[in-house]
Amino acid sequence: MDFLIFKAPMLMVQASLDGILLGILFALIAYGMALQWGVMNIINIAQGDLVILGGYIAYTIYLWGIHPAWGVIISPIIMFFVGWGLYKLVINKVVDRDLFISILATFGIAIVFQQLMNFIFGADVVVAQSEYGTTMLFDNSVTLPNSKIFSAFISVLYAVALVIYMKKSRLGRAIRATAQNARAAKILGVDTEKVYAATFGINAALCGIAGALISITLTLHPYVGLPYTVRSFMIVIVAGLGNLPAVAVSGMGLGLFEEFADYILGTEFRIGAVFLLLVLILVYRRFKLSKKREYLK
Amino acid sequence: MNKIAKLFVTFISAITLALVSFTSSFAKVEGEYIVLGSAISLTGKYSSNGVHTQNGYNMAVDRINKMGGVEVQGKKYKFEIIYYDDESNPKRAAQLAERLIKQDGVHYMLGPYSSGLTKAIAPVTEKYKIPMVEANGASRSLFTKGYKYLFAVLSPANQYLEVAIDLAVEKNGGKGVRIAQAFEQDAFSQDVRLGILDAAKRTGSEIIIDDKLPKELNDMAATLAKVKATKPDVLVVSGHTKGALTAIRQISEMKVDVPMLAMTHCDAAKLSKQHGKKSEYALCASQWHKNLSYKDKFFGGGKKYARDFQKEFGYDPPYQSAESSAALLVFKDAFERANSFDRDAVRDALVDTEMQTFYGNIKFGPGGQNVAKPMILFQVRCKGDDCENRVVAPTKWASDKFYHPIPKWSERS
Repeated sequence: MDFLIFKAPMLMVQASLDGILLGILFALIAYGMALQWGVMNIINIAQGDLVILGGYIAYTIYLWGIHPAWGVIISPIIMFFVGWGLYKLVINKVVDRDLFISILATFGIAIVFQQLMNFIFGADVVVAQSEYGTTMLFDNSVTLPNSKIFSAFISVLYAVALVIYMKKSRLGRAIRATAQNARAAKILGVDTEKVYAATFGINAALCGIAGALISITLTLHPYVGLPYTVRSFMIVIVAGLGNLPAVAVSGMGLGLFEEFADYILGTEFRIGAVFLLLVLILVYRRFKLSKKREYLK
Repeated sequence: MNKIAKLFVTFISAITLALVSFTSSFAKVEGEYIVLGSAISLTGKYSSNGVHTQNGYNMAVDRINKMGGVEVQGKKYKFEIIYYDDESNPKRAAQLAERLIKQDGVHYMLGPYSSGLTKAIAPVTEKYKIPMVEANGASRSLFTKGYKYLFAVLSPANQYLEVAIDLAVEKNGGKGVRIAQAFEQDAFSQDVRLGILDAAKRTGSEIIIDDKLPKELNDMAATLAKVKATKPDVLVVSGHTKGALTAIRQISEMKVDVPMLAMTHCDAAKLSKQHGKKSEYALCASQWHKNLSYKDKFFGGGKKYARDFQKEFGYDPPYQSAESSAALLVFKDAFERANSFDRDAVRDALVDTEMQTFYGNIKFGPGGQNVAKPMILFQVRCKGDDCENRVVAPTKWASDKFYHPIPKWSERS
């Protein structure tokens, strides 16, 4: 049983495509995390819960009879303001403190968000239907849900748009300047307070997009945020801060690794295998990770 | 200033005293009330099912009280329940059980929601020798620990899907079948898995895929790809509501053709409502269905119960509510047969329980599990976009014929 994948080569194609498509979605969440980690030096434990909240926004418009795919536009707009508000309310008080304080603060935010979502949307697991159908390849032996292809496509689209925005726009330049050296940027007239708020808002908006995509590809529940936080944390650790191509590669790589671990080691070890890999990478990077902020390229 | 402080202290102590005497007055039986206690998940991840459980309890309390209450030694008593919110947290549940027993003086307990929380509470009730009738903890391990004060009105988890394997074998002309199974790694689902292993051994069936899904996983694509490649006769999935919804979503998206699909938690997942026609032909294990013909004098039959419940709470009762209501009927019956409020007398009466309720027959085995009621299987069937659950097994209660095999996706509209 363990080596079914080698007996049926089509499974290998299926596993690779599944891993890559899911990996791209995770990479989008991870990019948001890398961005605000790089700029503000904050590890956001509530990342996954922002994702789920974004998903619930898409689910809500689905309940109103609007196609949930519109969530990828509506959800980030709402989530940007949620992120902005969160910064003004909580994050601005911990932004210059040490990492432990920010972890504690965002952990608190995560709990509050979970309970709020549970209160508003209920504890039932929900799904939104996209009715996008399925793409069949190789005489139906490989099947790809179009919703997953759609979500990977949207993720790439937004990621590219964000990279261009970061390079070309005034705010993008200000964000990069702040990430490189917040004090110098301030002296040169950058309103770092505003930059921080915008960064947190952009991160929340990215989570909103990912959440909307998850509502049509996977399932939503108020308490499933943590795995997304952990996953994006791992991707960022592997990729390093502020390096989008590396984030994309490491997102897809982890997705692939997980799928193949499932076939070769067994389903019960797939998460374990990923964590083992993380430990190895952490040990390897132990000396590389310095306290200083890295800058966005 | 000093005077005010003194006054304040006196005031506080007076209130404390009043509170203490008030709480301690909540003994086992207070005036005309028999006080039961329950820690239940009103917030947290089990809150929807926790509320179903509470509604079931409340419905039965109202009904029993209205219909004359409980008669002990010629005097009529009414039920009353003290609830605490355990926040879906086992540690909290155990603390609250302790509090119910030690501070509130409760002598009889009703169970919480889920096997995990029941497992947390059972050692406490056992320690204080408090009889607990529970309706929502099905894990087999609850019934193998030798608990003497635990009674469950529901069938244990390992029986959930055994019927499905029997059905598959029957359709295969009595020969063994090839089974693919995917179970979440939690106590309940793993017990369901053990049941399947037993059934496979008994029927000479072969298990070709045996995946254990991580709890945090909501993607089954790998398992389903294996199912596609190996073409089993039956696919069995159990992973609470998340597992049921994920399975249907991905089976329909990946166009996995399998002759038979058996699951748990379809009811709680509102499967046919959320996935519509995609969920058609799925077989679901259930403790109860309103179409069963069991009867009692309090609720009439299942259909009447469902109507009354709908009127009171505004939704169709899931089996979690029905079994919770049944727990109260069991307590009433035990109190009346014991004709006493002595805990051990009540416990002995519970041991001898043998009754029929609208929910099913109830008789407790040596471990405390209900041995008199079979699990039922229903199949999701749709007319147009309207889907409903129809009972297909066991044959005695079946309202519809079991549809087998499931048509291929390419043939489904």
